[in-house]
Amino acid sequence: MIKLQDICRFFKVGDETVHALDKVTLDISRGDYISIMGASGSGKSTLLNMLGLLDMPNSGSYQFEGKELTTLSEEKRATFRRENVGFIFQSFHLIPRLTAAGNLELPLMLMGMAPKERHTKVKDALANIGLADRANHLPKQLSGGQQQRVAIARAMILKPPLLLADEPTGNLDTHSGNDVVKILEELNASGITLIVVTHDLELGERATRKIKMLDGKIIEDVTSEKPI
Amino acid sequence: MRILDTLGFGKIALTANPTRTLLILLAMSIGVASVIILTSLGEGARKYVSAQFETLGSELLFILPGKRETTGGLPPLLGTSPKDLTIEDALSLKRSRAIAYVAPVILGAAPVSFASREREVVIFGSSSDLKAALDLPMAAGHFLPDDDPRNAASICVIGNKLKKELFDNKKAIGEWLRIGERRFRVIGELSAKGQSVGMDLSDTAIIPVASAEILFNKASLSRMIVKARGKESLDKAEADILRTIKQRHDGDEDITILRQDSLLQTFDGVLQTLTWALAGIAAISLIVAGILIMNVMLVSVSQRKSEIGLLKALGAPTRQVLTLFLSEALMLSIAGGIIGVFIGLAGAKMIAYFIPNFPVQTPLWAIAASLIVTIITGLIFGSIPASKAAKLNPVLALSDK
Repeated sequence: MIKLQDICRFFKVGDETVHALDKVTLDISRGDYISIMGASGSGKSTLLNMLGLLDMPNSGSYQFEGKELTTLSEEKRATFRRENVGFIFQSFHLIPRLTAAGNLELPLMLMGMAPKERHTKVKDALANIGLADRANHLPKQLSGGQQQRVAIARAMILKPPLLLADEPTGNLDTHSGNDVVKILEELNASGITLIVVTHDLELGERATRKIKMLDGKIIEDVTSEKPI
Repeated sequence: MRILDTLGFGKIALTANPTRTLLILLAMSIGVASVIILTSLGEGARKYVSAQFETLGSELLFILPGKRETTGGLPPLLGTSPKDLTIEDALSLKRSRAIAYVAPVILGAAPVSFASREREVVIFGSSSDLKAALDLPMAAGHFLPDDDPRNAASICVIGNKLKKELFDNKKAIGEWLRIGERRFRVIGELSAKGQSVGMDLSDTAIIPVASAEILFNKASLSRMIVKARGKESLDKAEADILRTIKQRHDGDEDITILRQDSLLQTFDGVLQTLTWALAGIAAISLIVAGILIMNVMLVSVSQRKSEIGLLKALGAPTRQVLTLFLSEALMLSIAGGIIGVFIGLAGAKMIAYFIPNFPVQTPLWAIAASLIVTIITGLIFGSIPASKAAKLNPVLALSDK
């Protein structure tokens, strides 16, 4: 599904050049459950942004189902993100002035879907995450776990094949964290490729394929037969 | 993205911060309102002056002796000329079909006395045509009779101020006045309304033109006041006057014709420019409001960085982010503009109500222009923050806490 070849990404900080990604080569198959772990500054978030096309490599090639993505225009990259990638963030990134339903509606609105169609989809999605009765609540009226569930529903509302989660449980207590992980794993079980960046060893160990990074390089890539 | 969704998104963003939104609306609407109020005053003044000229009659032509290269201004009291204008000249003009009335005028100053009171006033030597040409209303009695102007009768018509000074509230009609060395019988009295721009007849005595010739001992007219038969005859009347006078003056075109309508045009032009200048000054406040919009939008962009990052992650291209923020700025400026139009119209009404004598007239073009300027202001000053938002790097924007 995804083929990264010699991806380099460096930043200039003063006189120094920091290699966030240093010749990263990686193959990802459809339906994979991957955790990316490593210390702060190891390049794991940069790798995730790269996979989601939020960031562009300085060199190297990124192929998605055989199509080269590094040469796409800004507009095409936006379309790619909308159609193929769902993002989950540590801080949820719900728009505070929009209700749960309004936040869910956002991707549909951006693509220009008719309001009627949008409302049915949003209603279904809210029912799926068990928040049908919270549709008109603002984010600040929801618990952290509920907010992250809304964010996951928003990421999945257009049914992208790739789900990228950056510390999805980082701001949650254990209980709601487990709920969120359960939802993510159910999505993976239904065939969606799930990539989780985390500090949390316990969460990292749950993935079938565990990648460790250090100084912009992949130093370990282990695939276990079955999820624990 | 659908237009209604774009507007809805902007509306929610603006109402989420009502104080800030209201302050911008206030600034914008004050700008628009001041454009409308100031232009209303300027336009009102223009209409007022035009109306004043209208009451005097725009079919009037003033003929002065001597050729002058002037197109405006008020005619001098006494002119010198190689050939005198005479009563006969005036009578000959009456033959033109384009001309309704010709009033020969000799101007001079003389003491007017009645009993023990004496007053130095302007004396008008003229004919019955003067009343018809200037549309003079009478308070009492009659104007000069419609007979041969060469008839030096000892009669006079006095203005209302002169009447008050000499007679107080006593009856003046039929009394004998002394003007200079001669005695005149008062046959009429002008009413207070007989005033118009550049000519105050309230403190004058009007006597037959032939009597004025004798009184001031001269045979030449100071001017002639001609009234054409309707506005469309003005050009023909002017041509007829020039031709007739040229014939009578041995081929010399030694007169100056001032037209009421050209005077009016001059005033109109001046006041139109004044109105534009007022609008321009007021428009500065619109620009100030525009800068305020830009400032607030810039703050808003930096506060909503993570939202912008999110929009990009959800698949919004640069262009869409630009549209979203630009439409917010436009909504602000248009809403402010519309509120401002209403405040401006209400303000103009208030001025008209509290100062009834002051002419206030809101020109439609001012409303249209201020709304257009508002939109342009919103576009220009909104585009800077909007493009800043659109150009944000999504990774950095998302990591902004």
